[in-house]
Amino acid sequence: MIGGLFIYNHKGEVLISRVYRDDIGRNAVDAFRVNVIHARQQVRSPVTNIARTSFFHVKRSNIWLAAVTKQNVNAAMVFEFLYKMCDVMASYFGKISEENIKNNFVLIYELLDEILDFGYPQNSETGALKTFITQQGIKGQFQTKEEQSQITSQVTGQIGWRREGIKYRRNELFLDVLESVNLLMSPQGQVLSAHVSGRVVMKSYLSGMPECKFGMNDKIVIDKAGKGGVTNEAGKSTSGKQSIAIDDCTFNQCVRLSKFDSERSISFIPPDGDYELMRYRTTKDIILPFRVIPLVREVGRTKLEVKVVIKSNFKPSLLAQKIEVRIPTPLNTSGVQVICMKGKAKYKASENAIVWKIKRMAGMKESQISAEIELLPTNDKKKWARPPISMNFEVPFAPSGLKVRYLKVFESKLNYSDHDVVKWVRYIGRSGIYETRC
Amino acid sequence: MPAVSKGDGMRGLAVFISDIRNCKSKEAEIKRINKELANIRSKFKGDKALDGYSKKKYVCKLLFIFLLGHDIDFGHMEAVNLLSSNKYTEKQIGYLFISVLVNSNSELIRLINNAIKNDLSSRNPTFMCLALHCIANVGSREMAEAFAGEIPRILVAGDTMDSVKQSAALCLLRLYKASPDLVLMGEWTSRVVHLLNDQHMGVVTAAISLITCLSSKNPDEFKTCVSLAVSRLSRIVSSASTDLQDYTYYFVPAPWLSCKLLRLLQCYPPPEDGAVKGRLVECLETILNKAQEPPKSKKVQHSNAKNAILFEAISLIIHYDSEPNLLVRACNQLGQFLQHRETNLRYLALESMCTLASSEFSHEAVKTHIETVINALKTERDVSVRQRAADLLYAMCDRSNAKQIVAEMLSYLETADYSIREEMVLKVAILAEKYAVDYSWYVDTILNLIRIAGDYVSEEVWYRVIQIVINRDDVQGYAAKTVFEALQAPACHENMVKVGGYILGEFGNLIAGDPRSSPLVQFNLLHSKFHLCSVPTRALLLSAYIKFINLFPETKATIQEVLRSDSQIRNSDVELQQRAVEYLKLSSIASTDVLATVLEEMPPFPERESSILAKLKKKKGPGAVSVELEDGKERGELNGGGDRGVPDLTNALSTPSPSADLLGLRSAAPVSGAAPSAGSLLVDVFSEAGPAAASAGVNDDGFLRFVCKNNGVLFENQLLQIGIKSEYRQNLGRMYLFYGNKTSVQFVSFSTTLNVQTKTVEPLVEGGAQVQQVINIECLTDFVDAPLLNIKFRYGGALQNISLKLPVTINKFFQPTEMAAADFFQRWKQLSQPQQEAQKIFKASHGMDTEVLKAKLLGLGTALLENVDPNPENYVCAGVIQTKAQQVGCLLRLEPNAQAQMYRLTLRSSKDTVSQRVCDLLAEQF
Repeated sequence: MIGGLFIYNHKGEVLISRVYRDDIGRNAVDAFRVNVIHARQQVRSPVTNIARTSFFHVKRSNIWLAAVTKQNVNAAMVFEFLYKMCDVMASYFGKISEENIKNNFVLIYELLDEILDFGYPQNSETGALKTFITQQGIKGQFQTKEEQSQITSQVTGQIGWRREGIKYRRNELFLDVLESVNLLMSPQGQVLSAHVSGRVVMKSYLSGMPECKFGMNDKIVIDKAGKGGVTNEAGKSTSGKQSIAIDDCTFNQCVRLSKFDSERSISFIPPDGDYELMRYRTTKDIILPFRVIPLVREVGRTKLEVKVVIKSNFKPSLLAQKIEVRIPTPLNTSGVQVICMKGKAKYKASENAIVWKIKRMAGMKESQISAEIELLPTNDKKKWARPPISMNFEVPFAPSGLKVRYLKVFESKLNYSDHDVVKWVRYIGRSGIYETRC
Repeated sequence: MPAVSKGDGMRGLAVFISDIRNCKSKEAEIKRINKELANIRSKFKGDKALDGYSKKKYVCKLLFIFLLGHDIDFGHMEAVNLLSSNKYTEKQIGYLFISVLVNSNSELIRLINNAIKNDLSSRNPTFMCLALHCIANVGSREMAEAFAGEIPRILVAGDTMDSVKQSAALCLLRLYKASPDLVLMGEWTSRVVHLLNDQHMGVVTAAISLITCLSSKNPDEFKTCVSLAVSRLSRIVSSASTDLQDYTYYFVPAPWLSCKLLRLLQCYPPPEDGAVKGRLVECLETILNKAQEPPKSKKVQHSNAKNAILFEAISLIIHYDSEPNLLVRACNQLGQFLQHRETNLRYLALESMCTLASSEFSHEAVKTHIETVINALKTERDVSVRQRAADLLYAMCDRSNAKQIVAEMLSYLETADYSIREEMVLKVAILAEKYAVDYSWYVDTILNLIRIAGDYVSEEVWYRVIQIVINRDDVQGYAAKTVFEALQAPACHENMVKVGGYILGEFGNLIAGDPRSSPLVQFNLLHSKFHLCSVPTRALLLSAYIKFINLFPETKATIQEVLRSDSQIRNSDVELQQRAVEYLKLSSIASTDVLATVLEEMPPFPERESSILAKLKKKKGPGAVSVELEDGKERGELNGGGDRGVPDLTNALSTPSPSADLLGLRSAAPVSGAAPSAGSLLVDVFSEAGPAAASAGVNDDGFLRFVCKNNGVLFENQLLQIGIKSEYRQNLGRMYLFYGNKTSVQFVSFSTTLNVQTKTVEPLVEGGAQVQQVINIECLTDFVDAPLLNIKFRYGGALQNISLKLPVTINKFFQPTEMAAADFFQRWKQLSQPQQEAQKIFKASHGMDTEVLKAKLLGLGTALLENVDPNPENYVCAGVIQTKAQQVGCLLRLEPNAQAQMYRLTLRSSKDTVSQRVCDLLAEQF
């Protein structure tokens, strides 16, 4: 189990230090600083073992969070906890920065006491935590005894993530499907690797203790339904086209896993407010929103001609946003001339790349940039490694092809039905690591 | 480029550096550097020619980025361009960049060399200096190749500025150190020496570094520098502190130059020229006098400079080692420093005194400071100074003060630092032995040593005590008494138990008369320590017990009881168990006479160099050994091999174990001719036969092998190998015997006796060596018995006796005779008398290979006759045996029977004894 937790700034100074077990001494703090933060190598392993002590770290901007243990713990659990902790802190005071951590250190210690007990992770649900750890000073005098006991029963009860007696005038439900698409493509247009990692994020304002049921075009569910129902050829082919194969998925703690295992249906009592319902990953039949066609020509030792064409590959009615293409330049670049039809392109010397930005682009369009790069002859005979061209964008659909089929809300005790709930669904596809070799 | 006010302040550079310093993270720094690099690249690439200022600025930035740890792969060309600028600052930056970043890029090197050449040939002294500094900083082979000829010329040219001369001298020194083969001594060498006469002190200082280095390689070429150096030194020393102006450092005139001069003089023996020598002595006296003067300044720099010269002067005095007066004065001066407040001075004084102590002139003077040194050993706070004090005490020790020094060192040992304890112990042991007049004092000292610092007493130390006690009858009784008393302490060190066990085992009888130390008391005392000791010590104690049985028969029952106990006889340690069993058996079976012989008192050890001394030398490493120790070392190595033969404590009885291997020998010494393996020794214990008998058998099989061949190995055991080479013609023969010593120990009083006349062999056979003996043989008449060779030698202590039959047989004198079939059968028939024929039917003991048989028959010396016998399977031979008295014709027929694996051998000769003998010899061969 986790023996201790430290937060460092970028210089390696300790901002927060909380030790849960005696086997972690003060020297562990320094060991991590010396061996990891001040390490010479640029790439650091997320897990470091120093003197039989394991350090698991994540980095948020300039802040290092490190969990320390002497035991053989489940690394995935530790990282899940660290990410959860980042979420909790972000929901309390926004961005995780040195300033914010210094300003909220009392709160952070309070949180650390609550979400870890003797190194064992406890309830880290933001909603639940916010009921008893607040930033608004001592609220206790306004809280009644009943409210306090309610908190206790909720936190220790079966449904720890939702308290009873929530009431909204307007029952509303927001559902976002957020996906990031990753790609590595050869210069000839061959897909070398591609996958989508997606999240279903919800925000619910529902009264009482509603029971929700979420349905999507999961291949297994649809095939099952198709078999049980009418077996007509046409229906099967359409369903086959629209269903997606999910490689793996994880759920929020509110989802009843037994039901998912047996019926593959996702039913849950939602927490109040923001939460992430599920995460998933797909690798098949991915819609690649953009195609990058690079053309690099070396003209002698002192000149390089680059031409890059991007093609949008989705419905013309949809608009992609925040498009950014990053074309790496050789290390001995001495000057760049860029011509582009659309958007703005600039040579950023500090990053050794040409950055081309386009605000909006509709589907089934094409755009092109050409650049002339002047090179300075160097003594080094080393050849330029030609790093891949990378791309960033945001599209209003799910590149995995996921569709929300239904989201039903049942509340038997209160007098509102599924139809009374206002539901909003949104799809956002973003680029992850979207690279094309040149 | 706007015309910014030019000068050394490059604003762009300052801004860039402050940007880098303000970067929050590594990433930000890399971004900033990338941006700057791109900027510089575009500037260098740009069509507009850059002016010198901006070129300098960008090269500076590149240099800064390089020093931050990033790779720079451009800008070299711009830096080289800067070299040709006329501005000092631009040139300087260019040279700086090149000395830091130059790599062996051929085209650039050529450009750089060209620029350097231009600067060297320019008359501008600053440019020349810059170029010289660059050469020295790079110092590569290419540079040396290009400029090794040029620089000496600049150095000795009359019109060169002083500052350039300084740089040139140091540059040449650097090139010489880097690639000495390229810097050739030429006609300039003599002129370099004359730089010592230069007006400018800086030039002299620079030149003297060069000369010191060069003269250490070829002292003869620079011999003339001695007198120049002496005159220069005397001028400096005699000058007042105000004379040298710039070169006076805190009222000391030219301290660095003086030190270097003194150091240069240390490369040479004392000057032969009386005038020069007198002047030098005067200088040294002046330096010593100056040390006595009150300081002109309280500043530490003043005293440092003064003392630096003084210590160099003392080093020189010690190096010359010929001026008793100066040596004594130096010693007195150092004596003053011994009590100085400065730790460094005390350290240096002790160190110099150590070398002084070994000089015969100053030894007495050093001795007067003994109290101070002892005091230093006790009270000094710094361990390194204490170490030096201990070294000095060791160095100044002689017969007169040995007792005092040893006593002081012993008393200090109780509180000494752990790091120097072992060395101290060795030193005490050596001094005690070296200056012992009275051996009881020696024994007391060493036992005290073991008591005080038992853990640091190495094996060698207690081995040595025992060697000395055994070799000197007069201390044996005293030693026994003392160890007996020492062992009575409730807790005593294991090394003490070892010494006690050994000495009481040997000489316990000397104190047995006293009822307080009766045999049983002695035994009980030893046995009370037994269980606390490690296995090797226990093994030694067991041997002591068996010796007790011999010394005091009344203890036999008690000791046998102890040996019989399960903890001994069933001990899990093989060594202990074996000893217990063997000793028990020995004590119960052997008669008192046998016991007395076997367990006799150890014979004296051969005198040889102390093993402790060798150990001390090993500890100190090669550098620190004084001359006296050095020659001892050689002796030690020569005798090293000889150490082996000394018998073990238990004589031939016990297995050679490392514990009882008293003398620290490298391997177990073979005790006698018997094999050193444990198994065979076990047998030896029970057999009464002497070890020599085992190896002394006569070599029958070796002998028989030589019937048909003349060369080979006649005899071989663990010690000795005898090879043989022989040749025969008619009735004469010559035999070479080679005696090879297979051990590393010499054989003493080696002799061979033969019942035939021989030349004597060398009485000594060195370890690993071979000696040769030639025997001339003449066959007078036919014979049956082979001559016997008796070999006697001493190996270690044991007398070895080997008897061998020399492989001289009658058939050696065969002369082959070729004859036709008819001829053969005619002669065969002539020799038909029954006594002329000898026949044998025997079974084949080897295979019946035709070729082998033929070879053997030829080896016999006869002629093999083909196509004589009607049966081709049969072999027929003929020959004549030549003796001085007569010639004996001899015919031979060998009929093999392949089915039965049998032979029938028939021999006919004109003499019956010959037939019989040859037949007998030959029958053994097939």
